[in-house]
Amino acid sequence: MKNSITVKRATAPRTTALSALAPPAAILTALVITWQVAVTAGGVQPAILPSPQRILQQGWEARTTIWDNTLPTLQETFLGFAVSLTVAWTLAILIDFSPWLRRALVPLLVASQAIPIIAIAPLMIIWFGFGMLPKVIVIALVTFFPVTVGLIDGFNRTDRDAINLLRSMGANRWKQFVYVRLPSALPSFFTALRIGIAYAVTGAIFAEYVGAERGLGIYMAVMKNSFRTDLVLAAVAVTAFVSVCLFLLTYVAERAIIPWHSKERRSWHG
Amino acid sequence: MAEATPPKIELRGIGKSFPLGHGQVRPVLDDIAFSARPGEFVAVIGPSGCGKSTMFNIMAGLETASSGEVLVDGDVVTGQHEHFAYMPQKDLLFPWRSILENTSLGLEVAGETKKTARARAASLFAAFGLSGFEDAHPFELSGGMRQRAALLRTVVQGRDVLLLDEPFGALDSLTRTDMQSWLQGVWSQNAWTAVLITHDIREAIYLADRVVVLSARPASVRLNLTIDLPRPRELSMTTSAEFAGYERTLLATLHEETLSPRGP
Ligand SMILES: Nc1ncnc2c1ncn2[C@@H]1O[C@H](COP(=O)(O)OP(=O)(O)OP(=O)(O)O)[C@@H](O)[C@H]1O
Ligand SMILES: [Mg+2]
Repeated sequence: MKNSITVKRATAPRTTALSALAPPAAILTALVITWQVAVTAGGVQPAILPSPQRILQQGWEARTTIWDNTLPTLQETFLGFAVSLTVAWTLAILIDFSPWLRRALVPLLVASQAIPIIAIAPLMIIWFGFGMLPKVIVIALVTFFPVTVGLIDGFNRTDRDAINLLRSMGANRWKQFVYVRLPSALPSFFTALRIGIAYAVTGAIFAEYVGAERGLGIYMAVMKNSFRTDLVLAAVAVTAFVSVCLFLLTYVAERAIIPWHSKERRSWHG
Repeated sequence: MAEATPPKIELRGIGKSFPLGHGQVRPVLDDIAFSARPGEFVAVIGPSGCGKSTMFNIMAGLETASSGEVLVDGDVVTGQHEHFAYMPQKDLLFPWRSILENTSLGLEVAGETKKTARARAASLFAAFGLSGFEDAHPFELSGGMRQRAALLRTVVQGRDVLLLDEPFGALDSLTRTDMQSWLQGVWSQNAWTAVLITHDIREAIYLADRVVVLSARPASVRLNLTIDLPRPRELSMTTSAEFAGYERTLLATLHEETLSPRGP
């Protein structure tokens, strides 16, 4: 009987990494070629719009500097996101257990998103200097909200009947949380995590842009001021690449932590 | 309670109204009373939405009754959960747990170690036709197997009374017939006291020692019919004259009820 399962698994349609990457790669290539042709044929000045070829060439020559500036950005992103995750889980669990805290905190969380980061980030430099701290705060500030909301929502989406089943077994609130609410929330947590990580890199760049010692953000600002449009865009390309890698990493984590989720989904479609 | 042995379970005057807001209430249960002897299998049928699941929720201590009491072995246990093992209408097998982990959940929640809980559940896998599926996940199982796993999760808790809420409602009729004769078999080998909610009159007669018919909302007991068919029951009995007689009686009572709905 086990055999029939194996067979079903093997024949279920599966998207390979290649077939997933091919369509976006094709469109990207087409865009880059168009850009190259337009710039070369139109005779646009490199300081205004450099060709992709030039960006690649100059970027490669400046690779050590760019790499030296990428590392701190990555560090800030990870640290900021770690802080954000800690805050998000703590808040979401507190809110899940206490109706009073839910009423008290949810409006404040929503209000926190009305803070214009663009105005606050320069102040952070005044308050906390040019080091790591203001960056971590900005990243945490822009990413904790989607993750917290995703978690709160995930906990709430638990089947009421499943809670009742646990209650009939004699589970207290804590056991209900551990056995049902937490696992039920994990799929929406990973969705929220993807939204958060997309904001995290942009947040880091932005925080550096207004003032930093090193990092891709300040690198872009400095290069812009010396009219090195090509190097600004090279740094943008690196940022985009980093974002995509982190985004893909969330899928790896999802498969490792909740393997049942993707298997179950595949069995519905297959 | 003057009898020598009190019934295993007894419901006395159970009533339930749900508040609807604006000072209005929806009466759902009105004076439900019946009992079951130890080892007795009682089936409950009634019009859709009459309050059968609500009655189970009250027995399982998930919902408070507006009036009346639940007794187990002669003691009032209203609001307590530890006497009843509840199998809800949906199978509620959790996708993040293997079948073995799903079936041992109740014992784990009750504080058994994972190891003991799993060993106890595993020892029932053969009887429930689930051998070899210990490590499978719920989505890999057929509908009938899922229901058997859910039932295993219910009985392994070792509670006094099983509450089965339409366990076979979602199955196709062929699988359902299989499951009914299988349940009849395992039930006769164990001394479970069970209450089964069903919409299927033939299922009720085939499986039960007694069939309780509820009226339309607000529900009360319309008929308490003893099924005097020999055990073990064979599928061939379902074509006997006695069986047909019970079927006619139940159908007539139920028909009256569905034609006269009351209340908001
Ligand atoms: N929390 C609630 N608040 C208000 N009304 C409720 C509530 N729970 C159940 N009801 C009502 O009580 C009635 C009985 O519900 P219940 O689920 O017990 O019926 P049932 O007999 O199990 O139905 P079915 O045969 O469809 O399973 C329904 O009309 C339902 O709308
Ligand atoms: Mg019901």
